[in-house]
Amino acid sequence: MKRLLSGNEALALGAYHAGVKVATAYPGTPSTEILESMARFDDVYAEWSTNEKVAMEVALGAAYAGVRSLVSVKHVGLNVSSDPFMAASTTGINGGMVVISADDPGMHSSQNEQDNRHYARLAKVPMLEPSDSQEAYEFMAYAFDISEQFDTPVLVRSTTRISHSKSVVQVNRSRVVPVRQVGFERNVKKYVMLPAHARLRHPLMEDRLVKVAAYAETSSLNRVGWGERHLGVVASGIAFQYAREAFPKASFLKLGMTYPLPRELLHHFAAGVDTLVVIEELDPFLEENIKAMGLKVVGKEITPRVGELNPAIIEQGARGVGLLTGVPAPRKADIVAELPRRPPLLCPGCPHTGIFFVLSSMGRRLKLPNSKGKSSRRSTLTITGDIGCYTLASYPPLNAMDTTACMGAGIGQALGMEKAGITNKVVAVIGDSTFLHSGITPVVDAVYNQGKITVIILDNGTTAMTGRQDHPGTGISAQGKKTKAVDLERLVRGIGVEDVKVVDAFNVKEIRVAVKSCLDNPELSVIIVRGDCAVRVPRRSGPRAVDSGKCDQCGTCLMIGCPAIQSENGQVQIDTALCVGEACTICQQICPRHAIGPQSEVEGTKCP
Amino acid sequence: MSIRNVDMLVVGVGGQGVILASDIVAEAALVAGYDVKKTDSLGMAQRGGSVVSHLRIGQRGWSPLIRQGEVDLLVAFEKLEAARWSSYLRNGAVAIVNNHALRPLSVNVGTERYPSDEEVSDIMRQRSDRVYTVNGTAKARQLGNTRTLNMFMLGCSSLLLPIEVQTWKECMTQRIPSSILQVNLTAFDQGRKEGLDGNIR
Ligand SMILES: Cc1ncc(C[n+]2csc(CCOP(=O)(O)OP(=O)(O)O)c2C)c(N)n1
Repeated sequence: MKRLLSGNEALALGAYHAGVKVATAYPGTPSTEILESMARFDDVYAEWSTNEKVAMEVALGAAYAGVRSLVSVKHVGLNVSSDPFMAASTTGINGGMVVISADDPGMHSSQNEQDNRHYARLAKVPMLEPSDSQEAYEFMAYAFDISEQFDTPVLVRSTTRISHSKSVVQVNRSRVVPVRQVGFERNVKKYVMLPAHARLRHPLMEDRLVKVAAYAETSSLNRVGWGERHLGVVASGIAFQYAREAFPKASFLKLGMTYPLPRELLHHFAAGVDTLVVIEELDPFLEENIKAMGLKVVGKEITPRVGELNPAIIEQGARGVGLLTGVPAPRKADIVAELPRRPPLLCPGCPHTGIFFVLSSMGRRLKLPNSKGKSSRRSTLTITGDIGCYTLASYPPLNAMDTTACMGAGIGQALGMEKAGITNKVVAVIGDSTFLHSGITPVVDAVYNQGKITVIILDNGTTAMTGRQDHPGTGISAQGKKTKAVDLERLVRGIGVEDVKVVDAFNVKEIRVAVKSCLDNPELSVIIVRGDCAVRVPRRSGPRAVDSGKCDQCGTCLMIGCPAIQSENGQVQIDTALCVGEACTICQQICPRHAIGPQSEVEGTKCP
Repeated sequence: MSIRNVDMLVVGVGGQGVILASDIVAEAALVAGYDVKKTDSLGMAQRGGSVVSHLRIGQRGWSPLIRQGEVDLLVAFEKLEAARWSSYLRNGAVAIVNNHALRPLSVNVGTERYPSDEEVSDIMRQRSDRVYTVNGTAKARQLGNTRTLNMFMLGCSSLLLPIEVQTWKECMTQRIPSSILQVNLTAFDQGRKEGLDGNIR
């Protein structure tokens, strides 16, 4: 049967057909849809884990118990889960265990551009890289077989362009669950990593790599396609597709398994061509490993180390070193350079808007459009931040976030700034999903070490940034079942925070009072700002409108950055199709002229 | 336009339904017997950012990404986005542009300027004079649901693609919730009619 599947859907279907019983993940672009797809299969247990470390540990436990398990994370998620990942490599598994890392070259939706292929080498585990949806589907079966054959977790590395592209998949298998007794067999030398036992495991890991490399020599995952012999290209993943478009006639060694590499096969291929070229996105991972085999190879002379690759970049690089001749494609004049950009925005009705407006105005960051020059007053608040939709508040006009490093970092950073002795008050802002992911332990730290910061938890009841997944605070499982919800307020009180306030995200006055009180309190404080994600507002009613008779065009309402509020030739208007109305009303609350109200009233009072 | 291979971009603003529209094109092309590849770039936008879908129908290349200067058909749900992606058009390609402006925040707060209709048109015509402007947002509003814009635009585009009307509708039926299916099918028909009336070919 032919189906059009995204790389992520194909990975999930491949894993399902390979008999996966337990699938875990924490959301993260571009990996999220893998678990979302797994969750649709009734005979799989699929969970959103609290974070990637827990996801890895749950999957490892399942593998120890003899079933096939799958973990899917975005590239930085593997950082969070790297400790149990290394442990999984050390102990080995029992049932097959596959870890999918979806990297994001070009950083379409990420805070960094790391190349996770290095993790395969670090952890000494086999790595597969599919180059389209068909391979994404097929490689999962290989991955689980390799995992069990060699007693190792297997890393499957995808990238945004694999995970988020759709192509035709010939689905030629159905689900087969390996017949094996489910159960955990005690084996302390394998599963209890006391130094004495770990010392026994390390040589086994080295030995395993040698065996997997021998497998790679003959595996159909790696294939040679002879073309013209003057150029031989080694490539894997999406770079293979780009390379064969750029060099349609060349010979190819297409690698499906990129760690460990097949030494003999590479030497054989190199001997058959005049020039050996490696085409790869980001780091020279293959290049350096191949050079270490004593082969001469052209690599990063052609392709950049930075950003997403494409065929045109490869061709340009190849021309630069004389590997492609002929007339270079004419450079198109840059006709779009002058156009206004369109960065993502907080939605109309976003529950993050009000709190950031308050922080921005209390911290003296706002600059009204008609105020001249730079504000002479320095900001009096330092706002450490985190990752989520709310990171968009760092953009103008709100300008209300000063740091974003990695998930959960903002609270520790705030504490560090306070302990460093900065004079500003320090506030850490964090989303609910991010707080549960990695914000709890820094609050424990702040309680223990007597921090005086204010932590603001933005509780919109979902993981909005990645497409609204449930999390432990929502009490709904990845498979849509009602479970127990973690109570944020009781959680922080339980840790020992005494000043805890819960405020309505759509009540500006209430937010302002709470923030002011916490900033005046010399102790550690937590504010939970609660309001539903705008995308979840079920029924929209009572869109707002501007009374042009009262409006003096001061521009205050534009300072919240709501996409529904538009200004044309100085006159402010609200797009009623975008406004969420009654559920929000932030613009109405902050308008100094009381010129904003329900459309029905505003237009009702207007003179004809 | 060659019937065997079509390289196509669907562009717009997050929330306008670009991804669903391009999904339906891809599924319809598969049903019609073509090889198809599709890739989306939507950044971190849930809403409000610039969105582009690359669609390759037929077997012209291996990469899911289409190169600048090689697009046969650009379908733009918004004018600024049409201008932004016009460098992807090959000379003489077709562009179908929804006559609607969504001003970015920077324009609203006055730090950047939205291009005039003449500027958009000049930019587009550097590539092709086969630029068709359609009133999709207005038509969708008349239908009482502005979210049907994407199916209206599909209707306009369908005239240029080697796929039967029946196939389009089957694929729409599979993807669109039944409560709003009828209005979307009507929007598709209206788009197709507007395309015929406007001589899109
Ligand atoms: C280690 C890691 N895992 C996952 C992600 C992707 N990611 C970024 S923020 C975020 C959570 C956002 O949810 P929340 O904190 O509730 O904020 P919201 O977007 O709902 O405002 C996720 C999943 C990441 N950047 N890093």
